[in-house]
Amino acid sequence: MTVEATIEVTGLRKRFGSALALDGMSFTVQPGQVTGFVGPNGAGKSTTMRVILGLDAPDDGHALVGGRPYASLPHPMRYLGSLLDAGALQPSRSARAHLLWLAYSQGLAAHRVDEVLEQAGLTAVARRRAGGYSLGMRQRLGVAAAMLGDPLILMLDEPFNGLDPEGIVWMRGFLRSLARQGRAVLVSSHLMSELEDTADHLVVVGRGKVVADTGVAALLAAAAGGRVTLRTASAPAAVRLLNRAGATVTANGDGALTISGLPAERVVAVLSHDGVPFSEVSGHRVTLEQAYLDLTKEAVEFRAEPAREVAP
Amino acid sequence: MSSGVLAPRRPDLRPDRVRFAQSLRAEWVKFRTVRGWVIAMVVAILITVFLGIFAAGNVNIGCQNGPNGPVLTGKACTPKYPIGPGGEAVSDSYYFVRQPLAGNGSITVRVAALTGLHGGGGRIATGQSPLAGMTTGVVPWAKAGLILTSSTRLGSPYAAMMVTGAHGVRMQYNYTHDTAGLPGSVTAGSPRWLRVTRSGDRISGYDSADGRHWTLVGTARLTGLPTTVQAGLFATSPIYTVSTPGAIGSTNQSGPSQATAVFDDVSLRGSWPARTWTGDNVGNGPASAGTGFGYFRRSGAAVTVSGSGDIAPLVAGPAAASPTSTFEQPLAGLFAGLIAVVVVAAMFFTTEYRRGLIRTTLAADPRRGRVLAAKAVVCGAVAFVVGLVAAVIAISIGLPRQRNQGSYVLPVTTVTEVRVIVGTAALVALAAVLAVAAGAILRRSAAAVTAVIVAIVLPFLLAATVLPVSAGAWLLRLTPAAGFAIEQSIPNYPQVSNVLSPAQGSYPLPPWGGFAVLCAWVAVALATAYVLLRRRDA
Repeated sequence: MTVEATIEVTGLRKRFGSALALDGMSFTVQPGQVTGFVGPNGAGKSTTMRVILGLDAPDDGHALVGGRPYASLPHPMRYLGSLLDAGALQPSRSARAHLLWLAYSQGLAAHRVDEVLEQAGLTAVARRRAGGYSLGMRQRLGVAAAMLGDPLILMLDEPFNGLDPEGIVWMRGFLRSLARQGRAVLVSSHLMSELEDTADHLVVVGRGKVVADTGVAALLAAAAGGRVTLRTASAPAAVRLLNRAGATVTANGDGALTISGLPAERVVAVLSHDGVPFSEVSGHRVTLEQAYLDLTKEAVEFRAEPAREVAP
Repeated sequence: MSSGVLAPRRPDLRPDRVRFAQSLRAEWVKFRTVRGWVIAMVVAILITVFLGIFAAGNVNIGCQNGPNGPVLTGKACTPKYPIGPGGEAVSDSYYFVRQPLAGNGSITVRVAALTGLHGGGGRIATGQSPLAGMTTGVVPWAKAGLILTSSTRLGSPYAAMMVTGAHGVRMQYNYTHDTAGLPGSVTAGSPRWLRVTRSGDRISGYDSADGRHWTLVGTARLTGLPTTVQAGLFATSPIYTVSTPGAIGSTNQSGPSQATAVFDDVSLRGSWPARTWTGDNVGNGPASAGTGFGYFRRSGAAVTVSGSGDIAPLVAGPAAASPTSTFEQPLAGLFAGLIAVVVVAAMFFTTEYRRGLIRTTLAADPRRGRVLAAKAVVCGAVAFVVGLVAAVIAISIGLPRQRNQGSYVLPVTTVTEVRVIVGTAALVALAAVLAVAAGAILRRSAAAVTAVIVAIVLPFLLAATVLPVSAGAWLLRLTPAAGFAIEQSIPNYPQVSNVLSPAQGSYPLPPWGGFAVLCAWVAVALATAYVLLRRRDA
C-alpha cells in the first residue's frame, strides 16, 4: 500500500498591509526525506506554514496536504503534525494536560499522550507547569504534540531554537529517523548550519519566494566545483608552480590553499616534480552554509538593488 | 490507495456529532487544568453567597405591641399576612359597609365625590393619631366603590368596581387582576355610576358617566363562591410613598393615607335579607397598610365611607406596611460573582491569543465555528453550575436568616422558585458565553473583560445605586443587564404604587422579557465572533 505524504504549495501570495510576505511561493515536500526550509528571517517561512495549516488565508494560490486543504481534514493532526511556536503554551497548564486536550481533540486516547512524552524524553517532568520549562523542553513538548496523531507529515518551524548541543543531536537523529520511516518532514531554519547532516533536500527562500529547490548532495558537489585543498610548509613556491601550471590558487586563512582549475592528481604531480613538500592534498569540502551563501549571493545582490535606486 | 489521497494510520471515521463531542472534551480539559480558573469559579460562588447573605441581608427589626408592651425583635415581629386565592401574600384592609346577598343580584351606586388625606413621610409614633399632620389630597391608588366578597375572612376571593385617585374607574378581582374602565377623576361635575352583578360564580362590573348608558368593564369568575356573599360599599387608601431624587439615587418616604367617598342612589336587586348596613374595618392589624380609622355615615340618601389600607397583592419595598423581603433577595451579591465568571470566560479565549495558543487550537480543529461553539458550551456549562450552586446555597442560607431577622418573605409558587434559581444559573451562563464571544471579537483580556462588565454588571449597579429610576429603567431594558429580571419573583403590579428599582428587586421588563434581551445580545455577539473568527487570520 502506498500512501502519498506530501505538501504542495502553489503560487502563494500574501500581503500584510504594505509588506509583501509571500510573492508566488511554490514547492513540494516529498515523503521519506527531511526537507530544509531555509531563508533569512522575514523570508516568508512562517507565513507559508500558517497558510499550509489554514491559519492564514492567502491572497492567491493554495496549499494542499496529501491533495486536500488542511482545514478539510476532520482530525488534521493525524495527517500532519506541526510545531509553529514552542512558546505557545498556557504557562499554568502541565505538559501532560497540554497534550491531553490535544489528544482528545483528535479523538485519541490518553495513553497516546504517555507514548509521545516518553518519545520526547519528557516523562519525568510531564506533570510540571509548562511555564517553568526551558526553551529546549518546550521544543521537545512541541515535537511531542506534533507526534500525537502519528502523522505521515511533520512540519516544524525553527525546532533547533533554544536547544543545547545534546538537544540538537537528539533533534537531528529524531528528524532523520522520521524520514527513514517514510514520513515527509519539513523543517524551517534561518541558520543553514543547523540542517547540516539532517536535510536531504533544501527549499531556499528569500523575499517571499523560492530561490533554490535542490537536493543537498547535488548542491554540495556543485559548490565544491572540483576544487582541491592543499596544505604545505612552502606555500610561496607551491603557488608559483601551480600558477605556472594554469591553476588559480587562493589562501584559505587556516593555512591551507584552495586550488581550482587543476585536478588533485595533477597538483600532486606538479609539486612532486619540483620537490615541494606538502602534508595534504584533498578534494575541497564545502560546508552546507558556504554552499547556501554561494547560492543566495544572487538573491542578496538582487535584494540590494531597490536600495540603490532610491539612493541619491 | 489512489495517488494524492492521504490515509491516516489511525482510522478517522467520525460523524460530526462525535467530532463536536471531542472538541468539547478538549476544551473542558483546557478549562479544568488551569488551577486559577477553577479557583476563580469557587470564589465566584463564595462571594455571591457571602455578599448576598451577610452584607446585604443584615437588618435589625424590632417591634412593640402597645406602649408598655415588651420590645420584641426578629421573628416575633413578623406579622401574618393573608394569602390570596392565587397563593400570593396580599394586603386586605379596607372599610366595608356591607349586607349579605343571597343568590344572584346586583348593586348599583353613584359616586359623588372622592377626597383624601395623606402623610408625607415617617411612620406614626405610638399613641399619636394616624391622621395627625396629614395633608389633603387623594393618593393615586385610593379606591372606593362596590365590592362583593365570599366572606370578610382576609384573603377571600372578591370582585370590585371602584373609582380611584388618579387611575379612573377600575374593575379589580382576586387582588392581582385589574381592568381599566372610564378614565378621569370623580368631581362634583362628573360623578361616576358603578354596578356589580352576580350570576352564579360570574361577577360582572359596569360603569357609566350618566347612570343611563352602561358599559361592561369586565367579568370575573370566582370559583367556589358560596350562595350568600357579602356585598356593599368600600373605601381604602394605600401607603403613600414619595420618592425624592437626590444627588445619589433617591430617598423614599412612606406613610399611610385615607380616602373618603360620598355615595348616593344606592339601589339593590335580588335578595338582601339583612335590610340594614353594617360597617367594619376589615383586616386592620399589624400587617395592614391602613390606619384602622375607618367609618361610615348616613345623611339622607347619601352614605359617606372613609377607609385606609389596600386590597392588592403585597410587594416588597417602601409600599409594604412592615418589613418584607423577596425569595430572590439572598441573590443580591450575584453581580460580584458574575464579575469573576466573566473575567475567566473572557480569558478562556483571550489568553490563547496572548500566548499564540489559538494557532495550536485551530490547527487541531480547523472548523472555527466549532471551536467557538465548544468554548461557549464549556464556559456556559461551568458558569451554569456555578450560578446554580451559588443560588441554591445563598437562598437556602439566606431565606431562613431573613425570616429569623423578622422579615416577611413574600411567598411564591414552586414554579417561580425554580424559575428564579435556574434562571439565575442561566443568567450566569449567558454572561459567560457573552464574555467568550467578546474574547473572540476583541482578542485582548482587558478589553473583553471591560466590555462585558460595562455591558452587564455596570448597568445593574448604576441602576441600583446612583441613577434616577427612569434612567436606570432604560439601561435595564436595553443592555444585557436586562437579564437580571429573571430573578424577580414578585411581578410589578401596575395597580400598586411602588418604587421600581433593582435595589428593591424590581426590573422594568418582565422576567422572560429581560432574559430574552440578554439572549438577543448573546446571539448577536456570537454571530459577530463567528464572522470575525472565520474572516481574520489566526
